[in-house]
Amino acid sequence: MLEIVFISTLNGVLYGMLLFLMASGLTVIFSMMGVLNFAHASFYMLGAFFGFEISRHVGFWPGLVIAPVLVGLIGMAVERYGLRQVHRHGHVAELLFTFGLTFIIQEVVQMVWGKLAVDYKVPPALDFPAFTLFATEYPAFKIFMLAISIAIFAVLLLIVKRTRVGLVVQAALSHPDMVGMLGHNVGRVFMLVFGVGAGLAAVAGVIAGPALVTQANMAAALGPILFVIVVVGGLGSLSGAFVASLLIGLIQTFAVAVNVSLADILGDTQMAETLSVWFSDIWSVTVAQIAPILPYLLLVLILIFRPRGLMGNRES
Amino acid sequence: MPHTRRRSLLATYGIWVALAVVLVALPYVLNSGLAISTMCLMGIMIIFSLSYNMLLGQTGLLSFGHAVFFGLGGFLTAHAMNMVRATGAPLPLEVFPIVGGLTGLVFGVIFGAVATRRAGTAFAMITLGIGELVASSSLILRSAFGGEEGISVDRTRVLQLFGISFGPQVQVYFLIAAWVFVSMAAMYALTRTPFGRICNAVRDNPVRAAFIGYNTTTVRFLSFSMAGLFAGVAGGLAALNFEIVTSSAMGAAQSGTVVLMAYIGGVGNFAGPIIGAILVTYLQVMLSDVTGAWQLYFGLLFIGIVMFVPDGIAGLVARQQPVLVSGRLHEVLPRYLMALLPGLLALAGLSMLIEMTYQLTVNAPEGPAMSFLYVPFDASSPLPWLIAAAMLAVGLWLFLKAGRLALEAYGDAVEAARGNAR
Repeated sequence: MLEIVFISTLNGVLYGMLLFLMASGLTVIFSMMGVLNFAHASFYMLGAFFGFEISRHVGFWPGLVIAPVLVGLIGMAVERYGLRQVHRHGHVAELLFTFGLTFIIQEVVQMVWGKLAVDYKVPPALDFPAFTLFATEYPAFKIFMLAISIAIFAVLLLIVKRTRVGLVVQAALSHPDMVGMLGHNVGRVFMLVFGVGAGLAAVAGVIAGPALVTQANMAAALGPILFVIVVVGGLGSLSGAFVASLLIGLIQTFAVAVNVSLADILGDTQMAETLSVWFSDIWSVTVAQIAPILPYLLLVLILIFRPRGLMGNRES
Repeated sequence: MPHTRRRSLLATYGIWVALAVVLVALPYVLNSGLAISTMCLMGIMIIFSLSYNMLLGQTGLLSFGHAVFFGLGGFLTAHAMNMVRATGAPLPLEVFPIVGGLTGLVFGVIFGAVATRRAGTAFAMITLGIGELVASSSLILRSAFGGEEGISVDRTRVLQLFGISFGPQVQVYFLIAAWVFVSMAAMYALTRTPFGRICNAVRDNPVRAAFIGYNTTTVRFLSFSMAGLFAGVAGGLAALNFEIVTSSAMGAAQSGTVVLMAYIGGVGNFAGPIIGAILVTYLQVMLSDVTGAWQLYFGLLFIGIVMFVPDGIAGLVARQQPVLVSGRLHEVLPRYLMALLPGLLALAGLSMLIEMTYQLTVNAPEGPAMSFLYVPFDASSPLPWLIAAAMLAVGLWLFLKAGRLALEAYGDAVEAARGNAR
């Protein structure tokens, strides 16, 4: 039992940090430009596939650097030649533009790498068990993933809180016109931030690719969860996104570890038998089986009891 | 005065009579099996995308989970049909879409109570979450939703009125056409009511709508529920058309498709979603036969519409009205054609590039030999790539040039039309 708790906590924190790597980019882009980038998970997928392709030719480590830079450049191009053009048609058009982009990226990835999962392997330098915990070997690569996620989070926080760039970004967040008046090129700041956001998603993709599965539907599977995080944490709140990412990471990993259904809990009493006839569907479903829908349940619950999200300070 | 009144009456009801005539005549004109089943699908999608437009076009709500109502309506209709078949209750097939509609309404009320508490981007995310919640729950709750296989029905096994068995597809077509007509009329009538106008007000300026005393949340909630109702009708029709409902009917792909339909057709115009539903369904059926990369073309079409024609195809057509009225269409049309030709050239170049890539990657086992527009060539040699790239570049360059000229001509024509009116 202690083993399950410990390993699940570790895995949950790891998954949560990965989610946060992506959600942070998404949140910053949203709070600056007011547009929720639907294609954010697609940039994550691009990162994973670029990482795979580069690591196949020159190794994992160059890939870890080159792939996010490439994806960041693509993100900047998307902002400059796509989003900025669409901006005058309003936020709905911007949202729909990124929505359309998900289709195109998905199709292009399918065209280039096929529909099946590609063989993206953990680099040999990290392919060993880091430590043994209650007879379970914990892979070094996962520790590496955790370290990278935390390092990037720390650097990001430092840049935003302690540097001049961060100051401009923060100011552009709340008062874009004022920042523009002061002589900063807000358009370029937006483009850079969009690029950095896309690059962050790509970092997550490069390091998550070998651990999870790298295939053409990975964006569609993860995209909705990112939006759950952003809404649950509170729209535009970075710390909210952090808490929500960890929460969802932990909930999902713990749910997968729990293999209990209503039938197991209530045993075979008389009442249980009558109930099982009526609720035959829900009866034998284990907690592990409903793990994929838990984030969405959380979303609905949050909306009912705290519509502005965990740490949001405005209604919409 | 009586003259104008008669004319406006004709203008109001004439188009509906014409629609009814067209709906009845269509299966006699296009009478192949493929055409009739495609038209059935189009009819279903017309109701679905019109119901979606009640949200996006009329109330300004961007929903990414609208297929939930379509799917739930379909499932409940299927269950009702199976139940009626088992008990022998005297319910004819014609009324079953009502079951779907009521289901849509009930779930619209339930989900709307949660989702419409927020507006704007948050609303979009919430509907996405609800959509995912319902779609993934349907795979878990196996006995209610039939798991991967879905729920099958047999539409010929319910009460038959006037000896109509609904075995032949064309009989189903007429049933769908009737429901399309009724739903279309009902949704159009709804836009003309004070409620429809308030929805527009909430879309255009929620603060002002709230200020003059309307509860914007309530308006959004009512609109959401009504949209659920009509999406449920569409789902019910889908259930009896395909005789099977699977959980993919309410998945993210289906929700995405209806967004594409409404937006490509044009959300600002009642006819927009109808055009979009017909066009997108046609492309889905026809294009998927021609090329494996059809969804890419689809995404490109959508992005193009979002970037350059945000009011959709219907908006593009509607913008020609002043030109038509002033009788200057013959001046503008040659300019349009001048822009269209290089546009087509660029499109051909682009699709040639896409098809060649597709041949070398997905179709790699078949070898590099392929043909494009009936011209056979080898996709691995550099020449076709150069030709395609040149077609794209030259076509695009000329298109941009000619497009500017066409826009100028259009601007002049509109200006002249205004001058005449004055």
